[in-house]
Amino acid sequence: MKSPLQRVLQKIFFCNLLLLGFMQAKAQTDIDGLMMQKNFFCVGPTAGYSSWKNYWEGTLKRDNLNMGRVSTTNFMLMGNYGITKKLNVLFGLPYVKTKASAGNMAGQKGLQDLSLMVKWVPYQKHIYKGDFQTFLIGGYSTPVSNYTADFLPLSIGLRSKNAIIRGMIDYQRNHLFATASYTYIARSNVNIDRYTYYTTEMHYTNEVKMPDASQWNFRAGYRSETLIAEAVFNKWTTLGGFDIPRNGMPFVSNKMNATSIGLNLKYETPVDGLSVVANGSTTVAGRNVGQSSGFNAGVFYIFDFSKKKKTTKKADTKTENKTKTK
Amino acid sequence: MKKIFLAIIVTGLIAGSAMFNSCSKKIDEQNMSYPMINPTRTDANAGTWKPILLTAANEFPVAAPIATTSPDYIIQLNEIKSFQNNITPDERKLVEYWGAGAVLRWNEIMRELVALHNLPPYQNADGTYPIPSANNPLAYPTFPFANPPYAARAYAYLSAAQYDACISAYFYKQQFNRAAPFTVDATIQTLLPKSTLPSYPSEDAVVMGASVEMLKLLFPGDQDYINQRAEEHKKARLIAGANVRSDLDAGEALGKAIAAKFIARARGDRAGTAVGNSTIWAKLKSDCVARGETPWLSQETPERPPMLPVFGAVKTFLFDSLTMVTSIRPGPPPSTSSQKFKDETEEIYQITKNLTREQLRIADFWADGARTYTPPGHWNYIAATDFAQQNFSEARWARNMALLNMSLMDAAVVCWDAKNFYYNPRPMQVDPRIKTGIGLPNFPAYISGHSTFSGAAATVLGYIIPGRAQAYTDMAKEASVSRMYGAIHFRSDCEVGITTGNKVGSYAIARGHIDGAE
Repeated sequence: MKSPLQRVLQKIFFCNLLLLGFMQAKAQTDIDGLMMQKNFFCVGPTAGYSSWKNYWEGTLKRDNLNMGRVSTTNFMLMGNYGITKKLNVLFGLPYVKTKASAGNMAGQKGLQDLSLMVKWVPYQKHIYKGDFQTFLIGGYSTPVSNYTADFLPLSIGLRSKNAIIRGMIDYQRNHLFATASYTYIARSNVNIDRYTYYTTEMHYTNEVKMPDASQWNFRAGYRSETLIAEAVFNKWTTLGGFDIPRNGMPFVSNKMNATSIGLNLKYETPVDGLSVVANGSTTVAGRNVGQSSGFNAGVFYIFDFSKKKKTTKKADTKTENKTKTK
Repeated sequence: MKKIFLAIIVTGLIAGSAMFNSCSKKIDEQNMSYPMINPTRTDANAGTWKPILLTAANEFPVAAPIATTSPDYIIQLNEIKSFQNNITPDERKLVEYWGAGAVLRWNEIMRELVALHNLPPYQNADGTYPIPSANNPLAYPTFPFANPPYAARAYAYLSAAQYDACISAYFYKQQFNRAAPFTVDATIQTLLPKSTLPSYPSEDAVVMGASVEMLKLLFPGDQDYINQRAEEHKKARLIAGANVRSDLDAGEALGKAIAAKFIARARGDRAGTAVGNSTIWAKLKSDCVARGETPWLSQETPERPPMLPVFGAVKTFLFDSLTMVTSIRPGPPPSTSSQKFKDETEEIYQITKNLTREQLRIADFWADGARTYTPPGHWNYIAATDFAQQNFSEARWARNMALLNMSLMDAAVVCWDAKNFYYNPRPMQVDPRIKTGIGLPNFPAYISGHSTFSGAAATVLGYIIPGRAQAYTDMAKEASVSRMYGAIHFRSDCEVGITTGNKVGSYAIARGHIDGAE
């Protein structure tokens, strides 16, 4: 006998992107309380757009007539494979394009950072008529093209190699759920194209010391087999770094903080295994980042690589699977 | 089995991120690895070299030192011994840091202050721009806005004052011939290579004294930091056993006295009025229109007045203003209505369309824009790094830096004269399809500042270190073409900039031939 939650988790795959001004696109499939079934592979493209006109120069909120509105367009391929139903691997690869509506700075574009994640459910329990699950997530991301991180705010990313460790809990009762997670992001130093730079002092090296970062994420809402609707609160804090000086430009090792809120929707189409997602978010507080708002949309499809089902048609597999679990 | 597999993955991830975090973040910065000064030639005769502003090496008097047998001297030896009694690792580092050379380190301090202050002021509510004031340096906009012309002049005054201070100190060293503390008392340790020069007055302190005064003039809001570095420098010399307190005091006083002469020159060199006024700004534009050319327009919003448009009138070091106008000022750029101008504009557009990552790297590497030490600072860094391998004496460091920086300042004057004499537009002003991969400077295009600076620097450095002449020429070419890759200059700006810079550099070489140091 499986719980409603587990039934949903068998095939639902939820993706969104968090896009903060000056920051990297982040795959968020690794930050929800959902798992792929064994040998299922969910994959699909997303597209997104976000922009900001105001930004925080340190703690001072301002606009910049020489940049106008800075926008980021992204296309991303994401995937999630179930090694077991308690152990998933995930990947994400974004293509990012930036543009400033005013001034003379050239927009940048290119493939950004490939991320690989392992998501594990070490513990789960049925309590108080609901399902409680814990997750442990580890991941790594690395730039896959030679973009420059030293042309902020138009750089497409920050170039650091990131090691991510995340603890997450999820509770669902009937169709209502809540998820909370804390993430520590260890960031490698990055190299820039020049061999001296100024932070709060002069440096004679092309290597920039990157402060680590932390992320709190809370999400809650409605989750059923066919629909998920959730509100998201996210707080990104850079653990160190310095402020943009008065009328200066942002730098890769700035103290970039951002608090954002958003809404996610996911609909399971009548076509078995095919789902669509949409989400929007906006930045409500920040430091050394753009006050960005944006939206993303994507389509996902689940492939079944179960060996025992090899001869069975996919649709049949799903139906059978569904029936079996109901 | 599965559980073991999972445990391995999780442990691996945790261990991996921990290692990733702790091991790889330490950065060794290049300027911390300079060798300590240990000259192949002591240049003991530097007191006979030709000064820049001083009428003679002994224009400012220095009192005779106390004898090394006097009780007061013994007290000073004991001060060193008390410092040396328990030297901490940090103190050792301090000694080594300053042991790389006084000219080098004070040059580096200026580069840092230039970078700190190299930010354009934010506009007023009415769309005008505030002008930083030396009389109120800490109020926004803080003084100075250390842009390239300001910086070029700052480096030149610092280096020129250091040079005159050095040769004066070397003059008195020979006159008084007081032995170094480690020679007087063999129990004094020396943490630096032993200099055979007499130690009174200290060459380190004379450079420090002159530098402190010049820096206070040029960066009046940073006096606390400047004084702190000076105290640190003196302490390093005592801990090292290289000087007694009276060597330092005499050197510092002499350096400060000599700096006053340079400060007086700086106050009268017309840099104070280089910012111009609205009448001057309007006239630059209308004169250009009257010649039938398209004038430069600020591409910033709100429109910002050109950066120091009257800097071309600043008093140069290596030649007079008549020579500048008759022999160095370049001929006009291609007319804005000519086919050549259209072709050069198209060339820049094509570069931006097909820009490679390597071209962007070159543009970034040489950009030296806001919050950097500027192009003159970049050439100071190149010079300092190479000089450190040459085993120069302190006096020769000062002389070579002075030749370099006088040429860079004069290059700035020549370049800003041409820019505002011709008042030529930037590529994106005439072709809005052009976007830049680096910051767009807010002043006319012709001739390229980077090219002029680099042409001058490569010429002077090739004279100082002939074995590197080709390397400097190549660097200058790369710095020059980087401005085309960045889409902020036409080819003519860059090519004429280099040849004009070369001409300026040749005046520094001419001085080098007769200054007595060859």
